[in-house]
Order: sequence, then C-alpha cells, then structure tokens
Amino acid sequence: MRFGVVVFPGTWSDCDFHYVISEVLHEPVKYVWHRERSLEGLDCVILPGGFSYGDYLRAGAVAGRSPIVDALRDFVAGGGLVLGSCNGFQILCEAGLLPGALMRNECLQYRCQSTHLVVENVDTPFTRGLRPGQVLTMPISHGEGKYHASPEALADLRRRHQIVFRYAEADGRVTKAANPNGSLENIAGVANPEGTVLGLMPHPERASEAAMGGTDGILLFHALLGSLVEDGTFLKR
Amino acid sequence: MKLRVLVRLKPGILDVQGAAVKRALVGLGFSDLTDLRVGKVIEVELDAAGPEAAQARVAEMCRQLLANPILEDYTIETADDLAPRRAVR
Repeated sequence: MRFGVVVFPGTWSDCDFHYVISEVLHEPVKYVWHRERSLEGLDCVILPGGFSYGDYLRAGAVAGRSPIVDALRDFVAGGGLVLGSCNGFQILCEAGLLPGALMRNECLQYRCQSTHLVVENVDTPFTRGLRPGQVLTMPISHGEGKYHASPEALADLRRRHQIVFRYAEADGRVTKAANPNGSLENIAGVANPEGTVLGLMPHPERASEAAMGGTDGILLFHALLGSLVEDGTFLKR
Repeated sequence: MKLRVLVRLKPGILDVQGAAVKRALVGLGFSDLTDLRVGKVIEVELDAAGPEAAQARVAEMCRQLLANPILEDYTIETADDLAPRRAVR
C-alpha cells in the first residue's frame, strides 16, 4: 500500500507518521506538500497532527481550503483512503470531508495524556479485524478536540454507524470521567458513511512501537494492510 | 470599502472562553455580570461597486472561510455602522 503524508506549514506529526510507515511497517511512503495538486499513485493519504497555519481563525480552517484538499476531494471520490489525526481530523471537518466540528476543550486546558478508546465500528478499512468493544490505548495532545455536531448530524452519525471511537475507561465503559475534552457523547473519531475517511483526535503514530509505551496505534495500519487476525491482534511478519 | 465581520458562537453552544472570562470579572468584583460570550472581529477592506456588492462579497467570504456554520453565526457591518464606533484609548 502506497502512503502519502501531507505536510502543511505548522504540521508536526508528519515525521512520526513517515517513520512508522517506513521503518515499522516497511511500506512505501512519501511526503506531499500542501501546495501540490495531485495525489496520483497513492492508496492512503495521512493528514497528520500539528498546528497548520498556526491554527489561525479556527483549527484546520486555512489548511482545509488549501490546494491539496481539492485534490483530496477527488481522491476520496475515487475511493482513496484518508486518515486524519488530531489537526488532520480538524482539517477534514473544516473541509467538509467529515461531519461536525472541533472546539476548544471544555476544561480549557491543553490535554496531553494517554486515553482509552472503545472501538464502535469495525466495518471500516481502518478497523477491520478489530473486535467491536475492543479497547485501544493511544495518546491525545490537543487544546481543541471537543467534538460537536448538531442533533440532526448526530442522529445521522449514529444511523450510518459513523462513530468509530469513543473515549472510555480501561474496561470500555463510556463515562464522563473518561472524556478528556468534553466531546459530544465521548466521540473521539468518526468516519464518512463509506468508512474510507477516518478522523480521530488521538495519535496512532505515537503508539506504534513498544518503545513509545504502546502499540495499539499500529493496529489501525495493520487493519489497513489486512494483516489483523481474528482476535484483534496482528500477525508478526 | 471597509466592512467589519462579527463572528460569534451560535446561541446554545457552550462558550468556555466566555465562561472563564466571566468568572475572572466576577472575581474582580463585577458581581452584576450575568452573561458574557467571546467572539471575533474581522476587519475587511475591499474594492466594490457599492455597499450592497461589498456586503454580498463579504457574506461569501464568511460562507467559504470566515465562519464555521456548524458552530458560528456572523453579522456584517458596513461603513455606516463603523463610523461612530471609535476605539477607547
């Protein structure tokens, strides 16, 4: 699978994603500058975390209107896979490629911590092979991660099974205490109705090797590569 | 032509910044304060045939970028509205 990692001015997780894809997964990957207008030859495009354009106006607002995002619309229409993490999720929402919006954390603090995520939808290319209700541990690092959607949009999300991850306790219970930013219904990640575009606030690339303190993030990549086995772990290659 | 855009969170959406500023003001003794919400001011200058054309152009800017319709409402003030509003120094 050929990966592209999009770089905006102010992106900071681009090298981390590139490292995980090239050095941990040994898959082909290249950087894509935000002024580029083509995503030809790629199977999966990553929008990494960071502070694109300094988060001016709103987080992801300016990046969401950049030339590469126009190319991304065609890429998605053609069935291409897109993973947006943290600022990448904000950009996907601002660009209208995912529903909803991300707001200032309810606690007003920047939250940099480990979180537990319960998997709600295993019918996306990013979660196929995981178990429904499986709990993954990944870090978050953001000040504007409170997911918001109108009541109508939330009803659509539920009806189309677009809610992919919720913040939860270690045992998978979805509680207010497990919600780090005040997100609506503890939502940590959503997909488009087709499941080909996934946005999440947590950082899978920062939980991809034992040395990082966890390896649950790499499961999303193994799901993509089709190398997950039935119990939600992956085959060692 | 100069215009001013006011962007604010929609009614009913919790404004955590506003709540924090309100708490600080109450702490300073403004106990009569009942509500406070924080928004954004964007000053725009553009070439336009007239006020209506300018207004329409800026409204398009709001739709495409300046406001997020999921979270925010906006109002556009034209030169007439701007004139009496002098900054306090």
